[in-house]
Amino acid sequence: MRGDRVFGLVVTLAALGYIVSAAQIRVGFLSDPVGSRTFPYMIGGVGLLCGLAMLLRPDPDPEWPGPPAVVRIAVTLVVLVAFAVTLRPVGFLLPAALASAILAWLIRPDLARAALAGVGLSLGLFAVLKYGLGLGLAPFGRVLTG
Amino acid sequence: MDILANLTQGFAVALTPTTLMLAVGGCFLGTVIGSLPGLGPSNGVAILIPLAFSLGLDATQALVLMTAVYYGAMYGGRISSILLNIPGDEPALMTTLDGYPMARQGRAADALVLSGVASFVGAFLATIGLMLMAPLLARVAYLFGPAEYFALYLLAFCTLGGLTSRNQAKAVFAAALGLAIAMIGLDNQTGIPRLTFGAIHLMDGVDFLVAIVGLFAVAEVFIFIEGHGRGSAIGTSLGRLTIPVRDIVASFGAMLRATAIGFVAGILPGAGASLGSFLAYMGEKAMARHDKETFGTGNPRGVAAPEAGNNAAAGGALVPMLTLGVPGSGTTAVLLALLLTLDITPGPLLFDERPEVVWGLIAALLISNFVLLIMNVPMVRLFVRILSVPPWLLLPGITMISFSGIYSLSGSGFDLILMIIFGILGYVLRKLDVPTVPIILGILLGNNMEDSLRRAMVISDGDWTYLFSSGIAVGLWLAAIAGFVAPLFLRSLLKRPEKAAD
Repeated sequence: MRGDRVFGLVVTLAALGYIVSAAQIRVGFLSDPVGSRTFPYMIGGVGLLCGLAMLLRPDPDPEWPGPPAVVRIAVTLVVLVAFAVTLRPVGFLLPAALASAILAWLIRPDLARAALAGVGLSLGLFAVLKYGLGLGLAPFGRVLTG
Repeated sequence: MDILANLTQGFAVALTPTTLMLAVGGCFLGTVIGSLPGLGPSNGVAILIPLAFSLGLDATQALVLMTAVYYGAMYGGRISSILLNIPGDEPALMTTLDGYPMARQGRAADALVLSGVASFVGAFLATIGLMLMAPLLARVAYLFGPAEYFALYLLAFCTLGGLTSRNQAKAVFAAALGLAIAMIGLDNQTGIPRLTFGAIHLMDGVDFLVAIVGLFAVAEVFIFIEGHGRGSAIGTSLGRLTIPVRDIVASFGAMLRATAIGFVAGILPGAGASLGSFLAYMGEKAMARHDKETFGTGNPRGVAAPEAGNNAAAGGALVPMLTLGVPGSGTTAVLLALLLTLDITPGPLLFDERPEVVWGLIAALLISNFVLLIMNVPMVRLFVRILSVPPWLLLPGITMISFSGIYSLSGSGFDLILMIIFGILGYVLRKLDVPTVPIILGILLGNNMEDSLRRAMVISDGDWTYLFSSGIAVGLWLAAIAGFVAPLFLRSLLKRPEKAAD
């Protein structure tokens, strides 16, 4: 119940925001009968109705993750963002090894296995992706090679 | 004998060594992807699309590879359903109902062979159906103007939302969210930026591959991490692999019926394979006279019907995707993204202008089915072994591949961050039971839908009644309304059975 009410409220506000932003779209002086704003208005309107419907008729709440799972998800999020940010400047190998190892550890808290996953996946996938498929990945980025 | 001539041309394309190799490789990869729990066809195809680009394949080859993966995943989905009681992908859910009980009775090998044959029957006949139906539908599609296309897009959203979700408001919201995202970027008609909030990165709009991989693959990572791993097949023994001739003969009628049901469900825009396998199973159960109560306890027909149904639906879903540009399921939506990225516009013109693409694809699919039959019956042991890859290795691997693929497409960290945001969004939405496929469909079709509306209004000079001016358009509107409203009343009848209890 609460999950849907909060979500419905968020959707309602977002839809209102979307409609306001759509109103800011510049319209050229030569426009077709529909114009640039009409379709976004329609989408915003539909979204607004859905948000209100969820507010008024919420579903039963899903099973939300407990605190340990929330921590694991938060750690995963941080790891993924760090990987995304460092991939270019540091290169593939080190960020991939670290990220894989931490993810593996989150699934199965065992240091040896995590280390194996990190080293193995980073080297193995780099070989496959770079030499097998020809992706434009650098092993070490500018930060490391200077 | 147009079809035969076209098919000959298709085989000439498909039988080149490279294309053949791609088909076989795609079948293998697809079966692996399908059999791994949590990595379904739409996920798998989405992750592989960026990689397919880096191989520098031409359009036909890329399409052959990806559809082979798609078909393979549909075959492979049954393996973990039967052995682990975990559907390898959503359409394989129905296979757990009788497949897992069969495995518990020590008939795992029989169930795998039977369902493999059923998959073949469904997929093969559906490919032939595709071959016969698609050119016909392409001819009808010539009658479609902007008003008809607008109604067709609406129909796709309505049936998809109406049939696959338990809550209409959430399904409609998902579609609206996708459409809203599609609006970001330059206006097709005037070239004026819309809703970019001044960010240069958003001028080109949101790349649908980023959204797809985020919503499917990255969201799956969060779901998996939350669930702390699930079962794996370690220690599952198959026993001797024999051909259960009696079961196959006894359920052959079921396979044919399920194929017909699945194919039709697949053609309906937006309905897809899950509906196909569901209806096939329920239909078979309803028809059974003397052994109705054995459904759910390991009835071979309960294994054959949903597998034939979901594989037939996979073929059927390609029909509207190729002829109208409106995908019939989540995975075909991802395939549509592939086509658009390859600069191929699906639609009736595709059949006239690029026959080698269409017929090469159909020929490759016919070949793929035989390859898949061999892989999934005599060689099924190999995939059972792959199932025992531990999740702590599998999940980080999938993550790294998804990230590298997207990074190699755009070379920008911005897209990776955007992908993670979509991942978190996908996780929250799945928790709240909001379907994610309509979002993808919205992002893919949003600009087309708006363009057809605006073009229709230009033709009619702003007269809204033009949208209902032809018989086809009115029919599509009525079907859209029916597809949206009917599930409200049918919901209590069509209650999905829960997973079989252990």
